[in-house]
Amino acid sequence: MIAALVGYLGDFDLAEEAAQDAFAAAAERWPRDGAPASPRAWLVTTARNRAIDRIRRDRTLAAKLRMLDSPKSAEDDSVESTFPDERLELIFTCCHPALALEAQVALTLRALGGLSTEEIARAFLVPASTMKRRLSRAKRKIRDAGIPFAVPAEHLLPERLAAVLAVVYLIFNAGYGGRVDLAAEAIWLGRALAELMPDEPEVHGLYALMLLNDARRDARIEEGELVLLADQDRSRWDAGETARGREALEHALALGGRGPYVIQAAIASVHMAEPRDWRQIAALYDELVRLTDSYVVALNRAIAVGEADGIEAGLALVDQLDRAGYQYFHSTRADFLRRLGRADEARVEYERALALTHTEYERRFLQRRAAEASR
Amino acid sequence: MKYMLLIHSGRAIRDQFNKLSEVEQKQLLDEYFAISQEPGVLDGNQLHLDDTATTVRVQDGRTLTTDGPFIEMKEALGGYLLYEADNLDAAIELAARIPAARMGGAIEVRPVVER
Repeated sequence: MIAALVGYLGDFDLAEEAAQDAFAAAAERWPRDGAPASPRAWLVTTARNRAIDRIRRDRTLAAKLRMLDSPKSAEDDSVESTFPDERLELIFTCCHPALALEAQVALTLRALGGLSTEEIARAFLVPASTMKRRLSRAKRKIRDAGIPFAVPAEHLLPERLAAVLAVVYLIFNAGYGGRVDLAAEAIWLGRALAELMPDEPEVHGLYALMLLNDARRDARIEEGELVLLADQDRSRWDAGETARGREALEHALALGGRGPYVIQAAIASVHMAEPRDWRQIAALYDELVRLTDSYVVALNRAIAVGEADGIEAGLALVDQLDRAGYQYFHSTRADFLRRLGRADEARVEYERALALTHTEYERRFLQRRAAEASR
Repeated sequence: MKYMLLIHSGRAIRDQFNKLSEVEQKQLLDEYFAISQEPGVLDGNQLHLDDTATTVRVQDGRTLTTDGPFIEMKEALGGYLLYEADNLDAAIELAARIPAARMGGAIEVRPVVER
């Protein structure tokens, strides 16, 4: 029987495995259904079929694992890639929650972004050998643990889509200062997702949010100093990106989107309008606080309320959010106190914020503000 | 693929269970029974608490036995299921239905090496 199978399959190992499969099937079925009229023929046929299944499975698996290595071609600027049909499956595999977040990010950049292992390593400031190990371990887990190569079932989709969007947004936010333009990669991924999942408002919301933030990139730093939105040179905003961002936001809202990314994009969009409608911004933050229950969001809401209803009202909210030791709590409080003319208290808060900051831009910015408070 | 679902459910969960009313206890046991009857569940058993464990090592040909589990854990291995499933997602879904997972325990899902 093995010989017959080796002849047919041309592979001894495979033939042996197939024969074992067939015997196992026989052991399960014959006692239940009775032995077939010609047991040998039954075994050979069953073994052949099992072998074909095995070959198919191995082939698709190998092909899929290869896809994790095949980057989009460098000159290919459009979203059309070498594997137009399975990019969505690929991104859900890369962003599977059974993989460590850092591995999800690296795999996504490697498989969909087409970055080299060295580029990814550089962007996240780890040695290339570390990144290589991280990627191979993730690929091995995908294979050995049976992480599916598929778009998740309907009931799992909201949670799994949120994980994908979080990875893309993390890539976007990691984009400052690195030698690799991760922000552009993230926007590219966002656009691909928007094309692949046209009915998901949050996908368009994230795409819009990234475009609107990226549009202001050049105006954010001037002569090495951080520039607040109100003081930014609007002519340096990227008009094309702004328009595309607003368009994506409109689209998300038309789909009935009210999720966290859509609301954040809406906030960014209102911020960029002139004059700024602080009351609307505060209302949007209200909604975002309800959705995310995030401290930072609550702090931003207090800032918006301070602008809409007066600094006193904003400061009262900040005081309720008391979190000593958190840099932005101190800097927000400092700013309100400075504007209320309570210079001494403001200086103390600026000092506290300064002691907590890690970036040079922020340090210089806070020092300037602290000096202004003293005048 | 085959997955081994290692159910970390030890003394603390046992104590929790003992404090429940008879009706609630029956509900939990029914849940475990329903899971054991799922298609694809090939085998599964509850283990006695880890103070009944014996750990065996062989050194220089000598068998050394010690009283107690290999690793002391807050929620030690309390049972297992062997599950044949299409992929990890299916295994995770079954794992999430195991009551110990929501009672402070955890389920470790391990793919079985197939030869």
